[in-house]
Amino acid sequence: MKAVSADGEVVLKADQALPLRPTSRRLSLRRVWRFKWGLAASAVLAVIIGSALLAPYIAPHDPLAVNIRHRLGPPAWMQGGTPAHVLGTDQIGRDLLSRMIYGGRVSLVIGVSAVLISSSMGVLLGLSAGYFGGRLDWTIMTLINVMLTFPFVLLALAVIAVLGPSLTNMIIVLGVADWPLYARVIRAESLAIREREFVVASRALGMSHLRIMFRQIFPNLVSIIVVIATLQVARVIILESFLSFLGLGIQPPTPAWGNMLGEGRVYMLNSWWIATFPGLAIFTTTLAINLMGNALRDWLDPHMKL
Amino acid sequence: MRGYVLRQIAQLAVVVVGISLLSFAILHVLGDPVLLLLPQNAGKEEFERYRKLLGLDQPVAVQYWKFATKAVQGDFGKSWYADTPAFRLVLERMPPTIYLTLAGLGVALAIALPLGILAALRRHSFIDTACTAVAVGGQAMPIFWLGIMLIIIFAVQLKLLPASGYGTWKHFLMPAFTLGAFLAPLTMRLVRSGVIEIMNTDYIRTARAKGFGERVVVVKHAFRNACIPVITVLGIQFGQLLGGAIVTETVFAWPGVATLTVDSIRNQDFPVVQCAVVLLALIIVSVNFLVDMIVGFIDPRIRVAA
Repeated sequence: MKAVSADGEVVLKADQALPLRPTSRRLSLRRVWRFKWGLAASAVLAVIIGSALLAPYIAPHDPLAVNIRHRLGPPAWMQGGTPAHVLGTDQIGRDLLSRMIYGGRVSLVIGVSAVLISSSMGVLLGLSAGYFGGRLDWTIMTLINVMLTFPFVLLALAVIAVLGPSLTNMIIVLGVADWPLYARVIRAESLAIREREFVVASRALGMSHLRIMFRQIFPNLVSIIVVIATLQVARVIILESFLSFLGLGIQPPTPAWGNMLGEGRVYMLNSWWIATFPGLAIFTTTLAINLMGNALRDWLDPHMKL
Repeated sequence: MRGYVLRQIAQLAVVVVGISLLSFAILHVLGDPVLLLLPQNAGKEEFERYRKLLGLDQPVAVQYWKFATKAVQGDFGKSWYADTPAFRLVLERMPPTIYLTLAGLGVALAIALPLGILAALRRHSFIDTACTAVAVGGQAMPIFWLGIMLIIIFAVQLKLLPASGYGTWKHFLMPAFTLGAFLAPLTMRLVRSGVIEIMNTDYIRTARAKGFGERVVVVKHAFRNACIPVITVLGIQFGQLLGGAIVTETVFAWPGVATLTVDSIRNQDFPVVQCAVVLLALIIVSVNFLVDMIVGFIDPRIRVAA
C-alpha cells in the first residue's frame, strides 16, 4: 500500500501487500467443507455403484444359489447365524448380501435409463412450449396439468397392468410418466430466457429456431436439468422398488431390492432381516442421491429455485 | 372474482376431458382388452365374437365417445371378475381411502406446522438443523419400507398394535403415521421458508414497531400469511398424498381403493382399474379446484395474477 504526495514523493509505504481475499487454498478448503455432506454422499454412492458394477467379483455367493438346509438363516451376529452369510439368508436359503449387491444393478439401471428418457422428453416439450408459446404452449401445458393430476404411482400401476411387467416396460413407463416435471420447470425458464438480449440478437442475425433453442437457450438450462435429473433418479428408484414390491415390477428370482422386500414381508413374523436390509439399501441409495443433488444445486447455482 | 372463477372452471373442464382421454388410451390404445380377457389358445372366431360383443370393432373415436358418455353417468361397465358394476365396487372402497388420507394429512400438519415455524423463528439453531436433517432423511425414506419396519417393531416385537386391517382407532395409528411421515418433510420445509420470508417483510417490522408482543406478531401477522403458500402447495401435493395413500394401503392391507386397484390389476379386471383411476384423478382435480378457489378468495393478489 502506498500513499503519494502531490509532488510525487512516496510518504507512506506498507511493508507487505495485504491480500484482499483469503489465499486460494484456504478458499477452496472452505468451499470443500461447505459441501461436506454432498461429498460424503457421493462417496457412498460411488461405493454402491461400484459394488453393483463389480457384483460378480465381490458377491460372496451366487445370488440365485439355493441352500435349502440353511433357509431363513439370521445375520452372522445373531444366534444361529454363520459368517458365511453375513446378512443371513432368505426363505429358500439364498445369501441376502449377494442378492442385495446384485439387486442394486436393477435399481440403478432403471433409475438412470428412465431419467434419461424423461429428461429428454421434458427438455424437448418444455423448451418448445416456452420458446414457441401460443397454441403449442397451451397444448403442452394442458398435457402437463393432466399428467401431474394423476399420482405418479397410479399412472405407472395402470400402464404396467396393461403392458405387463418387465425391465424394458418399467423403464419406458417410469420414463414416460415422469417428463411433465422437467417440462414445467424448463418451460418457465425458457419463457424468461426467450426475452433476453442474446436471444433477440440471435434472431436478428437470422438463426434458425432449432439453433436458437439448442445452441443459445439450452446451455443455460443444463445446470437445472442436471439437478432435477439427479433428484429424480432417487424418486424413480423408490417407485421402481415399490412396483417390484407389489409383484408388478421385476419378477423373482431376479434379485431386486423391491421384490426382496416384498418376499421378506411374508416372513417378517420370524425373520425380520429379509425385509429390513433391502429397504435399508433403497433408503441409503436415495438419501445419498438426494444429498448429492442438493449439493449439486448449491454448487451450480445457489439461487436456483427448486 | 367472477373472471377468476370462470377461468378456473374452464381449466377444470379441459383437465377432466384430458383425464378421460388418458385413462381410455391406457386400456384401448396401449393394450387390447380382448387379449387380456380371453385365454391365449382361444380361436380366431372367439376373438372376433368378443370384439363385437365389447364394441371393439368400431372406430376408436366412437369407442371413446361411448366410454365417455357412459362414464359421465357413472357406468364404467361390469367388473370382469365379480360381475358387479365397477363403479359400485370402487365407491364402496372409497371411504377408507378418504379417512386414511385425511388422517395422514392431519399427522403431517401436526408434525410440520409447529416444527416448521420453530425452525424458521430459530434459524441456524440446533432445532433448525435437526429438523432439516430429519426432513432430508424423511424425503429419502421409501414409505412402504417404513410401514413394514413399524409393523415389525410395534406389531411383531412389541405386540402393541394390529399389523393390518381396518376398524378401530388402533388400526389407524401406523398407517396414518406412515402417510404423515411421507408428506411432513416437504410441508415442513415449505412452512419454514414461508415464515422466514414473511418475517422479513415491512408489515412485520411495522407490527413490531407498534409494540405488539412477539407472540402476537408471529401468530396474528406472520402465520396467517404463511398459510397461503402452504395451502396452495398442499393442494398441488394432494395428488402425491393420494399416491402415498396407495402405497400405504397396500402395506397395511387397508381395504381402500388402492388395494382394490392392485387386486384388480392382478386379476386383470380392467373396468375396475379404469374406474378407480378416473375417480381418484377426479377427486384430485376437484381438490385442486377447491384449493384454487379458497386461495383466490383469501388472497386477492392471486386472482388478479392468474
